Amino acid sequence: MIGIIDYGMGNLHSVSKALERLNLPYFLSENTDELNKADGLILPGVGSFHDAMGLLKEKEQETFIKTWAADGRPLLGICLGMQLLFEGSEENGETEGLGFLPGYAKLFPGKTKEGTAYKVPHMGWNKLTFQQPQHILLQDTEEGHVYFVHSYVIDTEDKDVLIATSDYYGEVPAVVGRGRVLGTQFHPEKSSTLGMKLLENFGRMVSEGRNTDE
Amino acid sequence: MITKRIIPCLDVKEGRVVKGIQFVGLRDAGDPVELSSFYDEQGADELVFLDISASHEGRKTMVDVVREVAGTLAIPFTVGGGINTLDDMRTILRAGADKVSLNTAAVKRPELISEGADYFGSQCIVTAIDAKFDEALASWRIYTHGGRTSTDWEVTDWAKEVVQRGAGEILLTSMDQDGAKNGFDLSLTEAVNQAVSVPVIASGGAGAKEHFTDVFEKTNADAALAASIFHYKETSVEEVKKHLREKGVRVR
Repeated sequence: MIGIIDYGMGNLHSVSKALERLNLPYFLSENTDELNKADGLILPGVGSFHDAMGLLKEKEQETFIKTWAADGRPLLGICLGMQLLFEGSEENGETEGLGFLPGYAKLFPGKTKEGTAYKVPHMGWNKLTFQQPQHILLQDTEEGHVYFVHSYVIDTEDKDVLIATSDYYGEVPAVVGRGRVLGTQFHPEKSSTLGMKLLENFGRMVSEGRNTDE
Repeated sequence: MITKRIIPCLDVKEGRVVKGIQFVGLRDAGDPVELSSFYDEQGADELVFLDISASHEGRKTMVDVVREVAGTLAIPFTVGGGINTLDDMRTILRAGADKVSLNTAAVKRPELISEGADYFGSQCIVTAIDAKFDEALASWRIYTHGGRTSTDWEVTDWAKEVVQRGAGEILLTSMDQDGAKNGFDLSLTEAVNQAVSVPVIASGGAGAKEHFTDVFEKTNADAALAASIFHYKETSVEEVKKHLREKGVRVR
């Protein structure tokens, strides 16, 4: 059973509907006792990093999620939910994140080193390049297009956490993770067949209780 | 790199898709859910639903439509028409739409854009702009109320204003080209593109697949929207994309 963390941000409806289509059992809750009964968690989210962390603290979900991850239980962050898995964001000054993965969310500069301006947010369908094609999340998939909407991008020195990347005037970490803490910058629930397959793979990982640390 | 998006637009009235849809094989050509799946299968990158219901009941029905579409569609969609308050935005977004599009209400009260962007994030807030060339102004003027009411806003000034207030995307319709079927308004599209840093969707005037290639080759538009050309099967999303691919434009 997948628990979707409801902390008041993000389009919970489309994530839940996607799981329904895949016949993956799920529930939505903001209550940590309830969420603790799940076999895997999804942390969705759109909007502000600062507000999201504020809400996770306010609802006492931050400590719960940290314990969850420390116990090696499966967690999938989507979009802003993925960025929250990292050390922090430069949005609204500096905001500290959950700190499971090394790296920071930084605003797309909107200009290349050569001075050419480009659009921010990075919005639309962009192609994935698999960095870890054997990863469980990428099983039975091929490199294809997925749907992104974000203005901040993860900057990390640690290339080990990159499972798939995309290219938007530089490298965009698109599928990230270490152990069972995983995330997608794009919206799998809006990314047609490839996105749905990724969710399905996460669902399988949750139901099989399979370890990805090998 | 990111691909150019092709976006069919569906007009919905009292919960039904209107404007003679002529698809063979659809059980119910007015059913928004069935039509959106059809476009999804054709390779549409996104969909826009425009609620043209005049009644309160019709608007309520739209929420059910959004909920149902969100339950089946695995691509993003935007809902516009009759969104006047933060509450309206919340209702539509909570029902499962990915973005809301503001038009007249934003011109009447530009703060609405900032409120929506602060609350839901800029990526959810599209501003739809209807523009028509004005000889006296020597530029394009903004119209509201479905093109019936003129305003004092010049298009690039207004585009800058909405982006500064937090709009994450601009849906730009050329009233001069709309319905004429002889191509997108390239100069208008590029003028707005130059003025703002957010993605711009070109709309109005698509009459052939070549028009899509034109707008992507000659302007920096990020997406192109069309309605009747797809509904009346003059071309299809598949054909448009095939043509773009042949011309070297990146598409999904």
